[in-house]
Parts: sequence; C-alpha cells; structure tokens
Amino acid sequence: MAELTYRDAVARGIAQEMERDPDVVFLGEDVAKAGGVFKTTVGLYERFGPLRVRDTPISEQAILGAAMGAAMTGLKPIAEIMFSDFFAVCFDFIANEFPKSRYMTNGQVKVPLVVRTGNGAGSRFGAQHSQSVENWCMMIPGLKVVAPSSPVDVVGLLAASIRDPDPVIFLEHKSLYGTKGEVPDGEILDILGTAKILRPGKDATIVALAMMVPRALAAAERLQAEAGIDCEVIDVRSLVPLDTQTILGSVVKTGRLFTVEENPRLCGWGAEIVSIVADEVFYDLDGPPIRITTPHIPLPAADILEDLVLPNADRIFERVKQSLQG
Amino acid sequence: MKKETRQRPSNGAQASLKNDDIGEEKRLEMFRNQIVIRYGEQRAYDLFLQNLVKGTSHLSLGQEAIAAGFAGAMKPKDLSFCTYRGHAHTLARGVPYEKVLGELMQRDNGLMRGKGGSMHLTSVEHGVMGSYAIIGAHLPIACGAAWRAQYKGDDDVSVCFFGDGTTNIGAFHEALNFAVIWKLPVIFVCENNLYMEYTPIADVTAVPHPAADRASAYGLERILIDGDDDDEVYRTAQKAFARARAGDGPSLIECLTYRHSGHSRADPAKYRPPGELEAWMKKDPVPMYRNRLLQFGVSEETIGGIEASVKKMIDDATEVCKASPMPSAEIITTDVYADGGWAWRN
Repeated sequence: MAELTYRDAVARGIAQEMERDPDVVFLGEDVAKAGGVFKTTVGLYERFGPLRVRDTPISEQAILGAAMGAAMTGLKPIAEIMFSDFFAVCFDFIANEFPKSRYMTNGQVKVPLVVRTGNGAGSRFGAQHSQSVENWCMMIPGLKVVAPSSPVDVVGLLAASIRDPDPVIFLEHKSLYGTKGEVPDGEILDILGTAKILRPGKDATIVALAMMVPRALAAAERLQAEAGIDCEVIDVRSLVPLDTQTILGSVVKTGRLFTVEENPRLCGWGAEIVSIVADEVFYDLDGPPIRITTPHIPLPAADILEDLVLPNADRIFERVKQSLQG
Repeated sequence: MKKETRQRPSNGAQASLKNDDIGEEKRLEMFRNQIVIRYGEQRAYDLFLQNLVKGTSHLSLGQEAIAAGFAGAMKPKDLSFCTYRGHAHTLARGVPYEKVLGELMQRDNGLMRGKGGSMHLTSVEHGVMGSYAIIGAHLPIACGAAWRAQYKGDDDVSVCFFGDGTTNIGAFHEALNFAVIWKLPVIFVCENNLYMEYTPIADVTAVPHPAADRASAYGLERILIDGDDDDEVYRTAQKAFARARAGDGPSLIECLTYRHSGHSRADPAKYRPPGELEAWMKKDPVPMYRNRLLQFGVSEETIGGIEASVKKMIDDATEVCKASPMPSAEIITTDVYADGGWAWRN
C-alpha cells in the first residue's frame, strides 16, 4: 500500500496494462517524451519505448482515427486528448465512428479503445479548457463513459476500460490530479458500471461524480455535524454503464435525492438519474429530487467567478439543509 | 481531362499479353471485376426505380477501373477503407453481389442485415474494413490500421479510397501528415470524378489537382493517373504497394475519372455542361478495357462468356434478394455493445 497522487495513478494504470498486454499502445500530444502536459504519463516512454508510446502532431482527428483503425485490427490503443474541450474538433470519431461501427456492421467491426482526457474546471483556464463534457459523451449509444474521483479508482477503472471490448471515454478531472489516496500494491482491476457508496446515511442520497465527489463528502460531514442530517454519498464513477440499482436502492432507503453535477444544467447526467428515480421509485420519495449544477453558462476564467459557479460544499450544504429543514 | 495518348498494341500483341508485367489471367480477373461492378451498379439503379433499393445510394458507374485495378494489385490480407461510394470497392474484393444487393435492398440477407445500409458496406472477412459516410473520417482510420501492421510486423497494406471532395476537409491533411511522419504502410487513393457532390471540385479548390497538387506539402511524390485505364491503375497500385511493404511509407494517388450518374439517387446531375458526359463516355473504362483485351488477342468468346456469366450471377442474386425476408425487429437492439446487446444500465 502506498500513497499515490491521482496524476501518478494514471501512469500506474497504463503501465500495469502495457506490462500485461503487448497489444496495448498509447498515443497523444506531448504524452511520450514530455510525459504529458499534466505529467500524467511520465516514465511510460522510457519504460515501454517509442513504438508503444508515441507523440503525435496536434491532430485530434488523426489521433482518434488512428486509435480506431488500430483497435479495429487487433490493438488495444489508449489515445489522449489533452483537454476534453477538444472533443469538439474530433467529435466525428466520438459520436459517429467509434460507437456506431459495431452496430452498423452487424457486429463485424470491434473498437476496443480508450480515450483519456483532462476534464473539468478549477484551473481558471476559461470556457474552452475547463468544461465538463461527460454529458456530451453519455448521450451517445455505443460508448462507455467513466470518470473516477480517487487514485485507486483511476488505476482500477482505467485497467477495466483498457480491457473492455467497447470504446470507453475516460474522463480524468484536472483539478484532482494533485490529490492523494492510498493505492494497494499489485494488480488492481475494477468493474465498469459499479457505483460506490462512499458514505452511508439514512436521511438523503447525494449522487456525485469526479470533483463533485469530495465536495459532496465534505458537505455531508458538515450536514451531519451542523444540521444532524445523515447523508448517503454515492460516487457514480461510470455513467455508462450506469449502476442504477445502487442509486435506486439508496433513494428507497433515504427518500431524498440530490445530484451534484459540474456540467452545465441542461441535459446534465443528473437529469437522467432524476428521471429514472421518478419513473421507478417515485412513491418512495419524500420530497422533490434536486439537481445542484453549474448554471447554464460558459465558464468564466477568473478564480473568483469560477468559484461562484461551480457547485461546492457550501452550496451543497445549503441546498440539502434548506430542502430537508426549510 | 487527360488526353488519350496510350499506344495501342498492334501485331504480335497476343504474345506480349501473356508475358508482360500484368498478363492475361490478371487482366481477365480485372475485366471481370469491372463487369461485376458495371452490371451490379446498373442493376442497383434499375432497382431504385422499382423502389426495391431503398434509402440513398451512390453509384460508381464510370469509376470501375479504379476499384478493379487496385483490387487486382492487392493481396488477400490487404485492407480496403471506402467511402459511401463503396459498392465498387466492396465487390472488387470478392464480396458476393448477393450480399451487397441484399444490403442495398435492406433485406435480411444483406452484408449487415440491413443495419448499415448502402453507405456502410463492410465485409471484414474480405478485408473490406468499412465504408465511411462522414467525409474524411476513414483516412485517419486507415492510418491506424497501418500503424497496427507496422507495430506487429504484419505485411498488409491499408488502402483508403475517397473522392475529390475529401481533399478539402481537415482529416485529409491530418492523415497525410500523420502517415508520412510515422512512415505508415497506407495508400491514399483519390478518385477525382470532377464533382464533389454537385459543385465542380475546381470551383472550390485552390489547386487544379486536388490531391496530386497537395502531395508536395507532405513530401510525397505527385502522382496523377488516368483512372479509367485499368492497366495504368494496376501498375501504379503495384508500385505503391511495393513502397508500402518495403517500409518506405504512404503514397497519395489521384485517379482522374468521371461519374456517369449523379452524386446519389436523388441527383439527376443537371449541373453538367452540355457535351461533358458524352465526351467522357467515349473513354468509358469498361468498353475501353474490353477493346484492349480484344486487341491483345483475347477471344470474343472468352469475353462474352465472362459477361454472360456475370449477367446470370447478377440476375440470380437479384432473385435471391427479392425473395429474402426483411430483417426482423429482434436485431434492432443487437451489437450496440460487445456483449451483443444494448444495455446501458443495470
């Protein structure tokens, strides 16, 4: 067992899988010799060599297209798109090519690849380098969408994503790269489509993803201490496949649902969860499901402004307390 | 339009046919492929008119020699990446016409049981790795397949066919640069049929030859050929395959040709200037190649036999497709994910 940063967990997960399977290859901008602009892939080039860890030009379509062609013909590529905002310049592959090829070819073409990307706000980079695009990906049939919140989950879910036979979008939160957590020694392999109850509770269910998870946990501690409200906090971890059973089970127990989403409000992932809960356990609810989100705006760059728009522990605390106690 | 300057063989041609670099057997194979495509596309067109071919469809009438010439130069393990105008390349790799027509007719016997349609013909077992309907997408994808060959030491080559319109999209340029810097065994084949969809390519492109004139930007040789001459296509392809297999990297080949029909089912091609189609019909690749075979001494009987057998094959396939059931609703939710199903939640 060792303490590892979320950043170092990325390299650990990739290395674990490259060690295990020679078909795993890795490409992206500045990922090899420079070790990644976020230093998430330091040492991989030296360890696995220039044939398996490759720097590319600034050509996001070429990166994703090449990953797909390699995946279709037998490799298990990992492609890095530096910022998830750049999905917009290579969205054809994400929306049209990866997820539809198996279906359109009646199962002939398989696309087992992982697209890793730096997602989310908190770095004061402004509206084109800070977005949370998980909802862009979740809406596309044929993709899997994963977003870990802790170093150990980075390793285990990345390994599961690389071994998965479907295309997986793996969203690393840029503001979590510096966070630390205990990571056991040896091989770590998690399971996609499993949410985790990080804090059991009986009064309300708070469902969160990525950077919203530590904020939800902090809010839950304050709610317990200051308001006597005992919250259950669930880390969704994987939007597709979605572990609805864990969420539904929790809501049946607590009677209240709060989602905490970093993505802008319209069509955020929480809306889908609220819809499922309303459809399936409506009569177990003791109050309206509530979504806590970033407002429907482009993100401002200034720290003071960005901090005002992202959901944080104070906002979660206030919203839950007000809703349960008035 | 490139002038016809080919030398016609005269006396003694028959002897040289068997012994030249292409040979009679290969020429007959390529001729048969041209006939399969020509008759097959004509049948598809006829079946549109009867509303038996559904959705859209993009024919390769007039562009047969490119598909036949490249397929003739391929080894079985080489990979084809096509556009939505992909019937010809799919057939040229030996995919049964019945499976192609079945897909065009959206029947259960189609290549993809009706789940893909005309624009996405794919037959992995024949090396046809897909037909891509978003312009430019398959150039980077072909690079990836070539990267796999390079990484694993496989000696197959990926061939990517696309139209002139593709040369103005970003993915074209990203893929060319990428293929060159990684020295990938990939061949980019531009079928310049003069029109992107309805607009002449020359009206919207900075250079006269949309692919060939861009080659120098990527350090590649400028290759511009008569795409209606099957032998020229075959010989050019051979050189590109040799280069790719030797580890010398990609080639970009612009094949001049002409689309006899409109862009798609919906297009009567009224934008053509008067006389243009007629001029190109004079160098229609199929009769041109037929005449060459005759001049080379292949008998009318042999050629007629090929034509008759293909016609019968197409007729038989048409009947099979007409009799084939429509796809059943149960396949709607299959093969979304690798587990065979479509479940996104538990």
